[in-house]
Amino acid sequence: MNVNALEIIEPQLEHSMAEEQPMMDRLQAIVESLLFAAAAPVPLARLVQALDGHDRREVAAAIRRLRETYEREGRGLRIVEVAGGFQIRTVPEHGPWVRRLLGGKPPRLSRPMLETLAIIAYRQPCTRPEIEAIRGVDVDAVVMTLLERRMIRIVGRKEAPGRPILYGTTPEFLEVFGLPDLEALPPLRDLGEMADILRATDLSLTAEGVVPTDESAEAGTEQPGDPSDQSGEGS
Amino acid sequence: MTGGCTVKLDVFEGPLDLLLHLIKRNEVQITDIPIALITDQYLATLEQLPELNLDGAGEYLVMAATLMLIKSRMLLPIEPGADGEVEEDPRAELVQQLLEYQRYREVAERLVDRPVLERDVFRGGGEHLERGVLQADGPPVRDATLGDLMAALREVLARAKAPLPHEILRPGISVGECAQRILARFALGDDIPFDAFFEGEAGRDEIIVTFLALLELIRLRAVRAGQAERFGQITVSLATANLGEAVELARQLTDTYVWGRSGEDDERQRAGNH
Repeated sequence: MNVNALEIIEPQLEHSMAEEQPMMDRLQAIVESLLFAAAAPVPLARLVQALDGHDRREVAAAIRRLRETYEREGRGLRIVEVAGGFQIRTVPEHGPWVRRLLGGKPPRLSRPMLETLAIIAYRQPCTRPEIEAIRGVDVDAVVMTLLERRMIRIVGRKEAPGRPILYGTTPEFLEVFGLPDLEALPPLRDLGEMADILRATDLSLTAEGVVPTDESAEAGTEQPGDPSDQSGEGS
Repeated sequence: MTGGCTVKLDVFEGPLDLLLHLIKRNEVQITDIPIALITDQYLATLEQLPELNLDGAGEYLVMAATLMLIKSRMLLPIEPGADGEVEEDPRAELVQQLLEYQRYREVAERLVDRPVLERDVFRGGGEHLERGVLQADGPPVRDATLGDLMAALREVLARAKAPLPHEILRPGISVGECAQRILARFALGDDIPFDAFFEGEAGRDEIIVTFLALLELIRLRAVRAGQAERFGQITVSLATANLGEAVELARQLTDTYVWGRSGEDDERQRAGNH
């Protein structure tokens, strides 16, 4: 089956190489070498520095061409922008095979870790008590684990009683989640919008009185028998 | 290691998580919680705890008290204040907290859905065959146990020079200072052999302080003591991303266990204290 697959694919490759696409240009190929050898994300400035004689624009264009080449040819690698630089990575679909080859367990990302990480990522720099106030649990052990895995780091101390330690995320955090920078974090739902909903509910509740709501709930019904609870029945 | 003291209730990560679960299960809005119903269910869930682990259960119990307080306040008739202001919904603060928590929980879920390095996507370098960047568990160099460290200490002590008949009183050094001194050595290199910390003319007292400082640094996870093979050389390396973080962590040691002069009285006192 494999042999067949090769027979089918190869003529196609030759065809596309010969007619549509010229050879990969030199700059593109050099960039490929650099990114491959670096393994870690390489900032554009570092590439420009290494590629003496080519300016920023040229190098950026070469990276773009390389990225397109990879995608067009359906290669097993991709050029991605992470942690303020460029990196060659395997495509996500090939993860299971790479995993099997390398052995070992994938990194464990527990819910407490992710929640704590999310809070630190959006609110940095922030202290442990601030994280605990949001999650409602002690986060000592989780913070230690995140520090150990270099996903977060100590960025200073807060000018407050006890001078609590301030935490922030690391470039490794961006690299692990494939984010170019902190701006690329998925948007946090707007609290202002949420607060509006909240305020509206408050008003209706106080207008109608909250006592009936409570009593009907206690009587065992799921929905409070309050005229103000359209919101409760909505979902 | 993680959350060892948290009551898991199998799946819940804390009282807020449990509350959100109940709210979702009952298909009610966060902004309009049927507080009596949810409080009852919350308490019922707590009762299913096989045993109350006091450390973690505290958080659940505090929330139970809060819920009951809100429930009781909801039963009070609402009286407009003197200036005609209406009283705030007793649930408002809790709702705010739940919304805030949920916001971050949603984002956490989206983060884990992304292609994660070394889980879904891999970078070059081939180092993973040796050691993953993220693999806290199962590195080829295993952590040295306390037993390993004690064995190494015994060797160092055996080599230490015998106490002089007239021991000169040296100014004392605290474990904190000693820890900072140990960390300073990492400015020059990454891995330092255990024995290197005990070189020179160190007397028994200095050796002990240095050893205590090392133990403290390991406890704080500022450094890590590893051993490539059993009974092999113990190597100490930084456990933090950089030296600054380790120094910051070690700062909390300053002033603890101040090592006095190497007089016998102090020794006796310390023996009593610890």
